[in-house]
Amino acid sequence: MGLKTKITAEAGKQDLVITREFDLPLDLLFRAYVEPEIVEQWMGTKVLKLESRKHGSWQFETSDPQGNVVFRANGVVHEFVPGQKITRTFEMENTPFPVQLEFLEFEKLTAHTSKLTMQIVYKSVADRDGMLKLPFAQGINMAHNRLQEAVNDLK
Amino acid sequence: MNLRRDVFQAIADPTRRAILLLVTTQAMTAGAIAANFDTARPTVSKHLLVLTECELLKQEQKGREVYYQLNPQKMKEVADFVEPFRLLWDERFNKLESVMQKFKST
Repeated sequence: MGLKTKITAEAGKQDLVITREFDLPLDLLFRAYVEPEIVEQWMGTKVLKLESRKHGSWQFETSDPQGNVVFRANGVVHEFVPGQKITRTFEMENTPFPVQLEFLEFEKLTAHTSKLTMQIVYKSVADRDGMLKLPFAQGINMAHNRLQEAVNDLK
Repeated sequence: MNLRRDVFQAIADPTRRAILLLVTTQAMTAGAIAANFDTARPTVSKHLLVLTECELLKQEQKGREVYYQLNPQKMKEVADFVEPFRLLWDERFNKLESVMQKFKST
């Protein structure tokens, strides 16, 4: 059983591309990125703010079971075209990692399937590679319970 | 005991991941690390012990202070370059798919 998610990270480049095909119609896939209550469910984070429009901003926060905030991220929306694309920045607060730029493109494949292509541009090659080497840095954001389940499966 | 499993258990904890994130670019003392958390200092010390024992953190004595820094060699051993990142996103997208399935019928 292979993973449905593909990642392309060419050596020496400061970006990477994540693609994934979903058994969901395009409108549902896009909705999962727009409605705060839904974002909270699949990202496993608290949505403090999510303004889905050009020049809107967003902020997510994740706490450990004791209620300590272990992660906070924010960014600004540069482009928002419903059902097509979201261009936004992503910044982890209180970390040395520079802000990154994300291009999300949503495509209809069939009436029941859709595809997401996400290009992430980092400040430098070293920043990209550092992020790849630290998947749990992303894991703090969102889905740390999911990550926990994933690593439990590796035991 | 399987060391590899210990490493994965170590990084499964959100506070320990946050600690690793803090020391990616610079070595820090236990006090400086603890200052970033609301958690009690002994709890942070325990996390540092776990991370040091599974070699994700290296200790370095500088004068009277002990500095903690990331052990990149160990990080490489933990997993292949892109795979953990891919696994993370795949899990996240699987969750998205299952959350959205329930809207399909409506």
